[in-house]
Amino acid sequence: MLNFLWGAMILIGVIWGAFHGTLGTVTENVLAGTRDAVSLCITMLGILSFWSGILKIGERAGLLERFSRGLRPLIRLLFPQVPPGHPAEQAMSVNIIANMLGLGWAATPAGLKAMESLDTLNDRKGIATNSMCTFLILNMSSLQLIPINMIAYRSQYGSVSPAAIVMPALLATAVSTVVGILAAKVLERTWP
Amino acid sequence: MNLILYLSDMILPLVLFYFIATGFLAGRPVYDDFVDGAKEGFSTVLGVLPTLIGLMAGVAALRASGFLDFLAGFLARLFLENLIMPELISVILIKLFSSSAATGLALDIFREYGTDSQIGLAVSLMLSCTETIFYTMSVYYMSVKIKKTRYTLPGALIATAAGIIMSLILSSSM
Repeated sequence: MLNFLWGAMILIGVIWGAFHGTLGTVTENVLAGTRDAVSLCITMLGILSFWSGILKIGERAGLLERFSRGLRPLIRLLFPQVPPGHPAEQAMSVNIIANMLGLGWAATPAGLKAMESLDTLNDRKGIATNSMCTFLILNMSSLQLIPINMIAYRSQYGSVSPAAIVMPALLATAVSTVVGILAAKVLERTWP
Repeated sequence: MNLILYLSDMILPLVLFYFIATGFLAGRPVYDDFVDGAKEGFSTVLGVLPTLIGLMAGVAALRASGFLDFLAGFLARLFLENLIMPELISVILIKLFSSSAATGLALDIFREYGTDSQIGLAVSLMLSCTETIFYTMSVYYMSVKIKKTRYTLPGALIATAAGIIMSLILSSSM
């Protein structure tokens, strides 16, 4: 997907530029773009390394497990088809917590394990179960509590208050998650 | 809204305090743990750098050629211009497929309008409360060979739409 998208971006840029006499600006801007990318990464190296370090402290102090235990009741409520104590429970909890903390590298493996585990409960192979649909909708409704990447971008581009978005983003994320769950619960009744 | 801004400023320091205090209470060597994590974060960012260079060059080519303005104008005629800015529409559409490509467009908006302009805030919030639906779905379902995904896509799109609407409302009142 990205291969096509990226290739098209450059090709269209060059073709459009050729027909509109903007090829000189294209060259200049492409070079400026790469420079921007590098200086952005320098800002991000600081912020994201620091944040990953903090999260690592939490992870090693057992926060990930503590949070996923706290999530159990919610998991029971959202996934009634998953029998209590099923391995899918734990994998889903870890995935959700990791997503909330913005730990993509911890979220994906746990999420894939959760899908595998949910598939053992699937008696119509090849067709998604209600639990799978709900789990993925929840996953894709965005769960990240603190959008640290966005804070880094904003700081690089001269925001007077890069972290001002934390609370509104949390609100927007909460709304999209609640709406996603409601949609999943309504749709599962009507979809074959 | 002042309360929201105040809370925004409080959250990060509180999280720092909570994580480090928990580390101390668990008897962890917190600085060693921190450095291990920071190394991972460091290599993650370095790993992203080539992608970012490519995408920012791509967006720059599109923008400098004048095509992005043309596309934005075209989209503005398709969608209601007063309701949502065309630049935002392109970001939303791209975000469904690729997070880094959407970031490229968002940074372009930051450069053009500033991070704290209304559109800058709107795009900050949108990218913070949406996910790459098509990418995520294909990775997760492919791993267990699911062909019929039933209501996953409509459900996810409804959630995304809710997030986008919230972003627009919140950014206009910040």
